[in-house]
Amino acid sequence: MLKQIEGSRAVAEAVGLCRPEVICAYPISPQTHIVEGCAELIRAGTIQHCEFINVESEFAALSVAIGASAAGARTYTATASQGLLFMAEAVYNAAGLGLPIVMTIGNRAIGAPINIWNDHSDSMALRDAGWIQLHAETNQEAADLHIQAFKLAERLSTPVMVCMDGFILTHAYERIAMPDQAQVDAFLPSYQPRQVLDPADPYSIGAMVGPEAFMEVRYLAHDKLLQALSVIPEIQQEFKEIFGRESGGLFHRYRLEDAETVVVTMGSLAGTVKDMVDERRADGVRIGVITLCSYRPFPLDALRRALQGAAKVIVLEKSLALGFGGVLATDVRMALHGVDTLVHTVIAGLGGRPITRKSLARLFGRVERGELKDPHFLDLDLDLVRREIDNQRNQITAGPIAENILRDIGPRATKVG
Amino acid sequence: MFQVRLHGRGGQGVVTAAEMLSIAAFIEDKHAQAFPSFGSERTGAAVVSYCRIDDKEIRLREPILEPDAVIIQDPTLLHSVDVFQGLKNDGYILINTGRGLAELGIAEFAARFSKGHVRQIGASELASKHVGRPLPNAALLGAFAAITGLLHIASVERAIRTKFAGQVGDGNVAAARAAFAAAKGVEPATTGAPSC
Repeated sequence: MLKQIEGSRAVAEAVGLCRPEVICAYPISPQTHIVEGCAELIRAGTIQHCEFINVESEFAALSVAIGASAAGARTYTATASQGLLFMAEAVYNAAGLGLPIVMTIGNRAIGAPINIWNDHSDSMALRDAGWIQLHAETNQEAADLHIQAFKLAERLSTPVMVCMDGFILTHAYERIAMPDQAQVDAFLPSYQPRQVLDPADPYSIGAMVGPEAFMEVRYLAHDKLLQALSVIPEIQQEFKEIFGRESGGLFHRYRLEDAETVVVTMGSLAGTVKDMVDERRADGVRIGVITLCSYRPFPLDALRRALQGAAKVIVLEKSLALGFGGVLATDVRMALHGVDTLVHTVIAGLGGRPITRKSLARLFGRVERGELKDPHFLDLDLDLVRREIDNQRNQITAGPIAENILRDIGPRATKVG
Repeated sequence: MFQVRLHGRGGQGVVTAAEMLSIAAFIEDKHAQAFPSFGSERTGAAVVSYCRIDDKEIRLREPILEPDAVIIQDPTLLHSVDVFQGLKNDGYILINTGRGLAELGIAEFAARFSKGHVRQIGASELASKHVGRPLPNAALLGAFAAITGLLHIASVERAIRTKFAGQVGDGNVAAARAAFAAAKGVEPATTGAPSC
């Protein structure tokens, strides 16, 4: 059924259709509307046989999720930004224990300075914790990925994060084809836990493992994520057969035929990039886009094959490894190891900085003319940055950088975008 | 694609207005995308929301920088925010006020636009009368339908009812109808006390 609804509401309804048994979450922007939606659906009786557990923190939210999942319940939670960091220890535990929890991340920057807007710093910080990380390009895909995520998590007995851009997707109203219960029931079998804590048949999970076996246990966790590289496309196909949509998979390809330049990106930014690619194509520029859906596991081989024939790759990412450079760009370079392809790292949209067609047009022009230095920071105000570098260099008591910068830019904050 | 930018203050239903506009477009089988300005909204703070309407899927995610129409829910923003930033030459301006353009200090600017593209509506007064609270968002959407002809008033009314049930819904629909009628009239609505 077609609906014009907020992305957060679509996710809450999609999660509800998956017949979760325990939902526990602590609210944090921009995730709040999702868990409010879940709570409303449970109270209204739309989601049945499900307990919503209020907790006092994100650490508790995921800890309760771990307990519920270990006791055999289909379990869901959601968080963002500082909330994800606060539950970091439990994030590793959920993966290490192999518990198929599904968690939404409403992607948001990490402070300090405090910032509630979108970038990918939060999920990137936990990228190596052993969770599958899927990124949604649209709200339709965000809804669909949640339905796929429970199946994926339970088939492999491993937790899955579904990442969606905070505000840009979570707070956007758009047209969504909401699946019906019969479709979801046909797609998603009831949960058969691989391991379950049962007083009638007691055993422990989470035992101490010493040097004699830790490497092997870790290797098996790595192997499980590598298995996901084939399970993710299988589930995408199974989903398509029932729902008729191409959501999910390892990555999406757009206008890659004969492309000399390929933009590799992740999340909602792909929409704006596709519009720009159509414009450049109309001018005869051979350019295409790959939108990664599965960031962990990272599809090294499939990406390498898809990028064959590209002379230039522009990795456009909303994350920055401080003191190093691009995060996604490093993974893409790994995929292209030994291949003679020019890879540009472009850091964009940190802390919610809008990524506009105008900026992308300028960027693509510079790439076409061979003018881009690596890494490139899209729309960085270099004069502003240089003034503050001088300020900090010239006076030892220069004060806090964030506040100095705000004072320097002054009334520009009243501009629209 | 038709792009609308809405300016108002926290508590005036600026974000809800963009959402209702997108629902009205959806009712007419159009594609629509509504989203807020992603700020830390507080009561009274300047808030921006956006709505894009098109006949095909909307992929663009940038803020609306070159709107086809601006809806200004609070005229005091004229002096603090660049509400007309990027507005197209053939665009529309809808302001919630009972005051004249000269009094608002924008007569010269408004003269650049086509006849009927700039309209003031005392939407807060209409809302006070019909809803009992001076929340101008639904009424302004009625006026928007009138001046742009982009949407039927019936679609706007149905969209309002998805957000406001029962008596509050009835009141907001009545306010939207009144604003639609006022905006359709030759003379701009100037009844009631000034809204600011």
